[in-house]
Amino acid sequence: MNTTQQRSGLVTTALLAPAGVFFFFLLILPLIVIIVYSFGERAPAGGYSPAFTFDNYLNLPARGKAILNTLTLAPLATLLTAVAAYPIAYFLAVKVDPRWRLALLVLVMAPFWTSQLLRYYAWILILGSKGIPSWLALIGIPDLRIINTPYAVLIGAVYGFLPLMVPPIYVSLEKLDKRLLEASADLGATPWRSFMQVTLPMSLPGVATGSMLVFILLMGDYILPQFLGGGKVFFIGNALVDLFLQSRNWPFGAALSLSLCAIMFVAIFLYMRFVLRQSNLRQEAVV
Amino acid sequence: MNFSPAIAPAGAAHEDTPDVEFRGVSKLYGDVRAVDGVDMALKRGAFVSLLGPSGCGKTTCLRMMAGFEQPTTGQVLIRGADMTHVPAYRRPVNMVFQHYALFPHLNVEANVSYGLRQRSPAPPASEVKKAVAEALAMVRLGGYERRRTWELSGGQQQRVALARALINRPAVLLLDEPLAALDRKLRREMQIELQNLQRNIGITFLLVTHDQEEALSMSDQVCIMRDGKIVQAGSPRELYDEPVDRYVADFVGRSNFFAGRAGSGANGTIPVTLANGFATQGRSPTTAAVPRAGETIVLSIRPEQMVMAGRAADLPGDVTSRLEVVLRNRIFLGEHIEYLVEHATLGEFLVLIPRQADQGDRFATGDTVSVGWRPKAALVLRSTAAQA
Ligand SMILES: Nc1ncnc2c1ncn2[C@@H]1O[C@H](COP(=O)(O)OP(=O)(O)OP(=O)(O)O)[C@@H](O)[C@H]1O
Ligand SMILES: [Mg+2]
Repeated sequence: MNTTQQRSGLVTTALLAPAGVFFFFLLILPLIVIIVYSFGERAPAGGYSPAFTFDNYLNLPARGKAILNTLTLAPLATLLTAVAAYPIAYFLAVKVDPRWRLALLVLVMAPFWTSQLLRYYAWILILGSKGIPSWLALIGIPDLRIINTPYAVLIGAVYGFLPLMVPPIYVSLEKLDKRLLEASADLGATPWRSFMQVTLPMSLPGVATGSMLVFILLMGDYILPQFLGGGKVFFIGNALVDLFLQSRNWPFGAALSLSLCAIMFVAIFLYMRFVLRQSNLRQEAVV
Repeated sequence: MNFSPAIAPAGAAHEDTPDVEFRGVSKLYGDVRAVDGVDMALKRGAFVSLLGPSGCGKTTCLRMMAGFEQPTTGQVLIRGADMTHVPAYRRPVNMVFQHYALFPHLNVEANVSYGLRQRSPAPPASEVKKAVAEALAMVRLGGYERRRTWELSGGQQQRVALARALINRPAVLLLDEPLAALDRKLRREMQIELQNLQRNIGITFLLVTHDQEEALSMSDQVCIMRDGKIVQAGSPRELYDEPVDRYVADFVGRSNFFAGRAGSGANGTIPVTLANGFATQGRSPTTAAVPRAGETIVLSIRPEQMVMAGRAADLPGDVTSRLEVVLRNRIFLGEHIEYLVEHATLGEFLVLIPRQADQGDRFATGDTVSVGWRPKAALVLRSTAAQA
């Protein structure tokens, strides 16, 4: 008995070892380094010099604009993406002939086949002064600036992250038991009320998954704001690029990135709790 | 009319207007005739069963009543009002689904109150709460309001589904094999409970089942379906004693069938010559066409209508048809013993003997015994009819 237990313990260890090593060297260790750096000082020529000071944290308001932008635009863009993705996912999962579903789903993902940079360049052209604003000027709406404003960042985010948002919502709608909708109709609910009372709450886990994915990616993004925000609308990610690569103030960068992690952690925690409570859904419930 | 006005459709008046009526209803799925020209009327307050083998169109009938499917041709009337094209959510009927279809994201109370909450104007919360408590008490689940649906046993889920439907006081409650997922003992309990419930609240029940015992024991009326058609509708007793054809006789209970030819009969009795030349007689059917002289027929005799004795001379005097058979098998059934017997030319058939008659236990496999039946016990049915 004892030896089999020992052996199964060994097997478990052996199976977990690669992941453990991976996590230790690529996650825990760098995190420790960052934490240590964040209490240090900038070396005169840039980089890190050992010290123990809270100055970097106290200095965070200096990057308040980036933090504020990230904290408003990332959630807003996530919300807009979810709102845009839901009807698409609904259409694919419910209305479309099952034979065409896969093909259409692949089409939704198609933008991923081209380079991200290329797509952002395209948006610069579309949203720039020779793009949509010039057409709008033709029908009498002059002087509209989109590029390098928060709107451009939002549009780019919805466009760029839609392919990530659609599949999880699609899956949750696809596996929704159609008999529940019949039961709802049978009990007198109009189609709209059935949607609000059955379909929507039961697909919230999919919305939550997709939102989480998009939110996390947006929070750390710096390419999107750089291209479509044009240096005017910048995120924490842009500040980090600047701190680590340009001004080479590593300790301050470390403090800022740890703050980003903390914010994300709290936001995700609150969001998950909210969604789970809203939908009241648990694993066992999905029969 | 003790139904709440919210659900009584306008124009419905008479007590003897059927709760649901099918007029020549057919449903085609592509080339498949799932339901084929069904006429049916559910009398107010009746417990009706739709009985038939798998794929005969029972569920399709139910779904057309509920409004989930549109008939290809024909009319669906509910309390006298034409509802053929009325969507499900505006029909005063409710359904108990085979796998209950309880809303997993709602607790028991929210499930049960769902129907009331869809009404406009919405009834006051206190009234809803009271109605839920009543409905749950009715299915003996008082105090379960806060439970999650997955915390309930199969039987309890079943009851929640019942309460959820009945709280709306529908014109008809449709039940699609509601007991199929339960184990035997629980099923038996729920059958009795359903029956009591139906009698107490007086709502018309339409139960779909392919369990003939269930249909016979629970309902006032049974409709036997086959290939999308209703072959026979009647009280359980009528179906058992007066089946219209061999199919019904075989589906409702069990029977022995002997092929033969009819003679010309009188006074409800028909002389019959079986395939082996054995001359006997049977009663003519009252629910189906009476076979003409010379027509090929089947003689249907229920196993429990047979009598058995060691010697032909020991059979009761009114048992006019007697056969010498060999006992092939003997199955002990508690109150009864079921014998499989073989006749030299007529082949094997079943004889069911109550054990209380003490000769019931006497015979052993391999014995040669006499069996027989009274003329009234044998039913003469045309063998060609309804065999399409
Ligand atoms: N949506 C559908 N599309 C195509 N054919 C269907 C559909 N629904 C039912 N059918 C066909 O119609 C016929 C009747 O089906 P139905 O479900 O009414 O049978 P049933 O009597 O309820 O059988 P069971 O006892 O197995 O539930 C079957 O041949 C079935 O294959
Ligand atoms: Mg069925």
